[in-house]
Amino acid sequence: MSRRILINPVTRIEGHAKISIYVDETGEISGAQFHVVELRGFEKFAQGRPFHEMPGLMARTCGICPVSHVLAGSKAGDALLGIAPPEAAQKQRRLMNYAQHLQSHALSFFHLSSPDFLLGFDSDPARRNIFGLAASDPDFARRGIRLRQFGQTVIEMLGGRRIHPPFSAPGGMTRVLEQADVDEIRAWIPEAYESVRLALARFKKVVDEYPDEIEHIGNFPSLFMGLVNRYGELELYDGAIRFVDGEGNVVADGLDPARYQTYIGEAAEEWSYMKFPYYKPLGYPGGMYRVGPLARLNVCNSTGTPLADRELREFRQRGKGAVCAAFYYHWARLIEMLHAVERIEELAADPAILSKQVRARAGQNRNLGVGVCEAPRGTLFHHYEVDDNGLVRKVNLLIATGQNNLAMNQAVEQTARRFLRPDQVTEGALNRVEAAIRCFDPCLSCATHAAGRWPLVVEFRRPSGELLSRVVRGG
Amino acid sequence: MSVKTLVIDGKAVTGRAGETIFNVAWENGVRIPRLCHVGGLSDVGACRLCLVEIEGQRKLAAACLTPVEEGMVVHTSSERLKEHRRLILELLLAERNHVCAVCVMNGACELQDLAAELGVDHVRLRYRFPKLGVDTSHERFGQDQNRCILCTRCVRVCDEVEGAHTKDVFGRGSGSLIINDMGGPWGESDTCTSCGKCVQVCPTGALFSKGKSVAEMRKDRGFLKYIVTAREKREWIR
Repeated sequence: MSRRILINPVTRIEGHAKISIYVDETGEISGAQFHVVELRGFEKFAQGRPFHEMPGLMARTCGICPVSHVLAGSKAGDALLGIAPPEAAQKQRRLMNYAQHLQSHALSFFHLSSPDFLLGFDSDPARRNIFGLAASDPDFARRGIRLRQFGQTVIEMLGGRRIHPPFSAPGGMTRVLEQADVDEIRAWIPEAYESVRLALARFKKVVDEYPDEIEHIGNFPSLFMGLVNRYGELELYDGAIRFVDGEGNVVADGLDPARYQTYIGEAAEEWSYMKFPYYKPLGYPGGMYRVGPLARLNVCNSTGTPLADRELREFRQRGKGAVCAAFYYHWARLIEMLHAVERIEELAADPAILSKQVRARAGQNRNLGVGVCEAPRGTLFHHYEVDDNGLVRKVNLLIATGQNNLAMNQAVEQTARRFLRPDQVTEGALNRVEAAIRCFDPCLSCATHAAGRWPLVVEFRRPSGELLSRVVRGG
Repeated sequence: MSVKTLVIDGKAVTGRAGETIFNVAWENGVRIPRLCHVGGLSDVGACRLCLVEIEGQRKLAAACLTPVEEGMVVHTSSERLKEHRRLILELLLAERNHVCAVCVMNGACELQDLAAELGVDHVRLRYRFPKLGVDTSHERFGQDQNRCILCTRCVRVCDEVEGAHTKDVFGRGSGSLIINDMGGPWGESDTCTSCGKCVQVCPTGALFSKGKSVAEMRKDRGFLKYIVTAREKREWIR
């Protein structure tokens, strides 16, 4: 008798999803699927709109990382105009992107994931959240919230508001930065450094308490993809695509992001609304690759900033060539936060960022524009095809979370095999399956938070659909 | 010139014969909502937002088309009128695809401002979601039928001020469309002088300058007062 264990919805992630775990007649886990149960349709309803509206329209894809969508949309717009934005505009866009990474990583680490390993995977689920963390260590939780506030403050400064800020458009920026803004950013820097350092120290202290989780939650060799600059350093706004394999060997380097369709294919499965991108030369599903903080730190030679580089050297000792355990996504996220603070400090000290020349003007010169940047969760591609009057005819979005789809499915299966006993389902085991997903910090619709308030339902079913038993948590 | 004396919202006011209730009210600081009226253009009473109650008359009257009369007692903001205005705005919002969040005029749109002012926080009617096109064939301007409320300001300014009469209304009722010349692409119009007056008087994001991103479009209606004053009074005001 084979059965299916269903985790629906998955909690403490951004968006709505469920997990199915299949159990065969012998009681062994035969497979697992991570279903994304939302359909957004942005690629469809953007059709017919003028491409200048795309950054603002695409920002609405996501309430967590609207900045990334505005940036990718603006860069695709730059490509359609066939121009490069002025230096100040590029620096301001970079500043926004670092602020975005900082706030999003802080949200993922402090609010969503750290309760698992700071309070324990098996701790009381009613308290295993940001509120429980605040009760056990108020200063640490407060620092997490403040760190996110710092990122959001920078975004608000240039964008006028924190969520869906309309700051960038094809050709450059729509606002200028003032000296007072830069001064305010600089005032935040010391606290931000201190908070990231504390979080890193805290993580490194507890990381070795979870050898089993590190070994079995999404720990497998795969390709990793990310942008690097011309020196091979960590790059979040521009640069070229590099792939490395599970041993850290460079598989492909210097790939033009605009020609992504020549090396990335997109498959679809009927049980999920999310696409399954893969590295074309290795086929589907063998061309599974991961993106995001772990991948970026695996593909780059160095981060390019001194403090983050020091942390990177220590981090790299955790893998042979490449760090493959998904649990280390959290660590990579902290290192990227440190890098972001360093870069924000650099940019805030750069007088060129205050220039009033922030917009290059041109008519439409191309019919195809691809904009690529690194979003907090991985590489984001916006591909627009427009007619001669600038109306969008076709849109293709390659979202970071989608690119992690194959790996997330494999991580769920691996975690379930190790921790889940179909005859005795414990809450802690289910939480580990969810934690496997949380490592990737997926942003499924990117519009909703589910912070431990959604009920978690586990159902055991016969293949015929007959319900054998049902466990409900929370709600 | 004969002068009429009347009462608007309890305030005794005077107006010239032939002047509309709308103008006299605004001159005396009583702000009646409107979307189709623009000072300097003829009035058509298209939006019905300026409906007022006149004592002794059962029917509501459009203030922009009703001349003042001696001894009139006018009410401009009763609960009944407010409810009618809210419904009119809801009808306008439900009729086409007004998505403020991704509109070039977000934050400066007359329709949006009025809806906020009159407390339209929900639309009780079913949205029609018509499939309408965007015309960006003109070199400088774009026309989005999705955001058009058929106020015909653009038609009137093009005809009465610019004298080109490029724009006109095609079709009937809520399915009407603002067209250019005989309905061809704007960019191929023989009569359009590319003056941009239609864009500046448009209350929503239906007419916009090309290249504007979300919430980036801002309109300047000062030019119209300038032209009209210069023409009628032979005075240059700036």
